[in-house]
Amino acid sequence: MSGYLPIVLFLIVAGGLGVVVMFVGAIVRPAKYEKVKFSVYECGMPSLDENRKRLNLRFYIIAMLFVIFDVETVFLYPWAVSFDMIGLFGLIEMILFIVILVFGYFYAWQKGALEWA
Amino acid sequence: MNEIFMNVGFWVLGITAVVASLFMVTRENPVHSALWMLLTFFAVAGIFIQLDAEYIAAIQVMVYAGAILVLYMFVVMLLNPKSTGFIKVPAKVILGSVVALVLFLQFVMTLMGTGVIKSAQMSGMNLPEGLSNVKAFGAVMFTQYIVPFEVASILLLVAMIGAIVIAKKD
Repeated sequence: MSGYLPIVLFLIVAGGLGVVVMFVGAIVRPAKYEKVKFSVYECGMPSLDENRKRLNLRFYIIAMLFVIFDVETVFLYPWAVSFDMIGLFGLIEMILFIVILVFGYFYAWQKGALEWA
Repeated sequence: MNEIFMNVGFWVLGITAVVASLFMVTRENPVHSALWMLLTFFAVAGIFIQLDAEYIAAIQVMVYAGAILVLYMFVVMLLNPKSTGFIKVPAKVILGSVVALVLFLQFVMTLMGTGVIKSAQMSGMNLPEGLSNVKAFGAVMFTQYIVPFEVASILLLVAMIGAIVIAKKD
């Protein structure tokens, strides 16, 4: 547990630094407001229409499939690490797990969810 | 000393998680909600670390804060929801909530008396010597909890097929 103390200290220092910089900046800088100061310089072109455009639904399917196979990998990792303790039983178990998910993959494939055009 | 640190850490993380989740459900801008949800996920990951469940903490950050939040953002961008301000809560709903809260607290107090909660108190996993966190997790997951593990694959399959059925028109 004590190995996490540097991380806690880092978070405190990082957060504190942000707060200090903002407050010192607010006190020190002269407050002269000009129109140019509020423009989006160094942020690319001014946006022509709404920033939050509606995306194509295909992105959602791809993202969903990604998350599902991501979760599969989450299970795969401890399985691989503890493989010497669970042996053949674990192998069969994991094959079953993957076969069930492969059905879903083939379903997605056959339904054309992976096609972009 | 260590005990004090643990308790302070737990309270900081717990209050952060609760406050951030309350902010999440009350923001009008869905993107702000998502950012508060991110903070909630990180606080929960911190609690997992305190419980010596480092693998689950890492997964919490990678899968939830990484992938699932992005998925939520996709949904926000797909639907582009416009807030119509706060929902007007009728008085009887507030009254009902207060009654429910009182009943809940009574329920918790009764449970505290029986010692069911006590066994679930915060404590480390007490890992056997020479066994890494992930290895211990795997060894239990694939032997003792085999049924929930296989059910998880069915759940993922249902989620996958559901997403495709909803999203594909044909």
